[in-house]
Amino acid sequence: MTPSQTVGPYFAMRLPWPDGPFVVPESTPGAITIIGRLYDGAGNIIPDGLIETWQASPDGRFAHPDDPRGATPAGYRSFRGFGRCPTAPDGSYRIITLKPGPVPAWDGSIEAPHLDVSVFARGLLDRVVTRMYFPDEMAANAADPVLCSIGSQQRRDTLIAVPEPEGQLRFDIRLQGDRETVFFDV
Amino acid sequence: MTADVSTSLTTSEDGKLVLPSYERPAGLHPPLDFDGYRSTALRHPKRPLVLLPHRLTEVTGPLLGDDLITATDADLTTQHGGEPQGQRIIVTGRVVDSGGRPVPDTLIEIWQTNAAGRYRHSREHHPAPLDPNFDGIGRAITDSAGRYRFITIQPGSYPWGNHYNAWRPAHIHFSLFGRAFTQRLVTQMYFPGDPLLPLDPIFNSVPDEKARQRLIADFDIELTQPEWALGYHWDIVLRGRDATAFE
Repeated sequence: MTPSQTVGPYFAMRLPWPDGPFVVPESTPGAITIIGRLYDGAGNIIPDGLIETWQASPDGRFAHPDDPRGATPAGYRSFRGFGRCPTAPDGSYRIITLKPGPVPAWDGSIEAPHLDVSVFARGLLDRVVTRMYFPDEMAANAADPVLCSIGSQQRRDTLIAVPEPEGQLRFDIRLQGDRETVFFDV
Repeated sequence: MTADVSTSLTTSEDGKLVLPSYERPAGLHPPLDFDGYRSTALRHPKRPLVLLPHRLTEVTGPLLGDDLITATDADLTTQHGGEPQGQRIIVTGRVVDSGGRPVPDTLIEIWQTNAAGRYRHSREHHPAPLDPNFDGIGRAITDSAGRYRFITIQPGSYPWGNHYNAWRPAHIHFSLFGRAFTQRLVTQMYFPGDPLLPLDPIFNSVPDEKARQRLIADFDIELTQPEWALGYHWDIVLRGRDATAFE
């Protein structure tokens, strides 16, 4: 297999797309905005990172042949499922999307609505992967098999977005430090 | 647009749910904490990664189509009015998985320096000239056999300040999606015989010697076009999958 190498400091030449942060157009009914900042171990913002998200549609399905339930229904045709946003000079990113539905798992459990999140940056020799969950899904989160695999409540809380006064959801990502985000071995 | 949330999965005839699972390449990728590469110090998680068994979100992924690609995206030498400076090269190969199966219809994005070792980027201050005819960015989609092909310019080396007299070996950055979230890969392709390779912490962060060698393209006289361009061959191998049946 081909090993990973860092995305380096110059990926912004190619990887950001004008419509990258828009999993759906902003005018889509029900669109939500996820905002956040990327931090290093000294608590400083990271202005040269890249955030990518991948998620189910609002009915918990994926437009992909390996979803055994078949392709995403036509109602979500403008929904890409994928978002990509470089961090700004203030370390911030934003993704405009629809809230995903719960997703069935092979073990009979139900996964709470979530996004898979990849972080790339200079100084990261491989991407790191985390998940974002929703603050208004307390019951579903409590039953989620992935959240349940994390022993500490304080650690689990790093994966749950925080509601902002204006209706946005804040999901800050800390690569290191006291409140280091949970990252997964995928 | 309201739809019932479908919470049961179709199962195979014998009542088992069949989902692919992707190989976990232990020891393949560089460690996130690597002394020789200074910027890793404050950017690597210190807590152990939590094992994430592959579920639907991980075995699916964005299938980005031809609509992203324009005619000149795979030919970095024709994106402007004039010819760029430097050695014209062809870089081609296949994207396959570790089981040898081609990965078709997958987006590849590349970026690189020009012939002088200069990136077209606002935060790049290396005192080497920009080339008005070269942006150093490309895109391609693999064909049904997983093949891709770029025409570009041999990139240069450049200093990067990691340590005294630190120079990056010439390389092309590659970003690939594969067919699933687990297959996503960002890496760099290097050139054979580059004297800077043994000195480069980023290249040498890959722990396994054989895996490291897989980052180096092969010069190929058969791919080389007479009177026109040198040919390099580079295959990219993504994680393979097995269909795993769960009771």
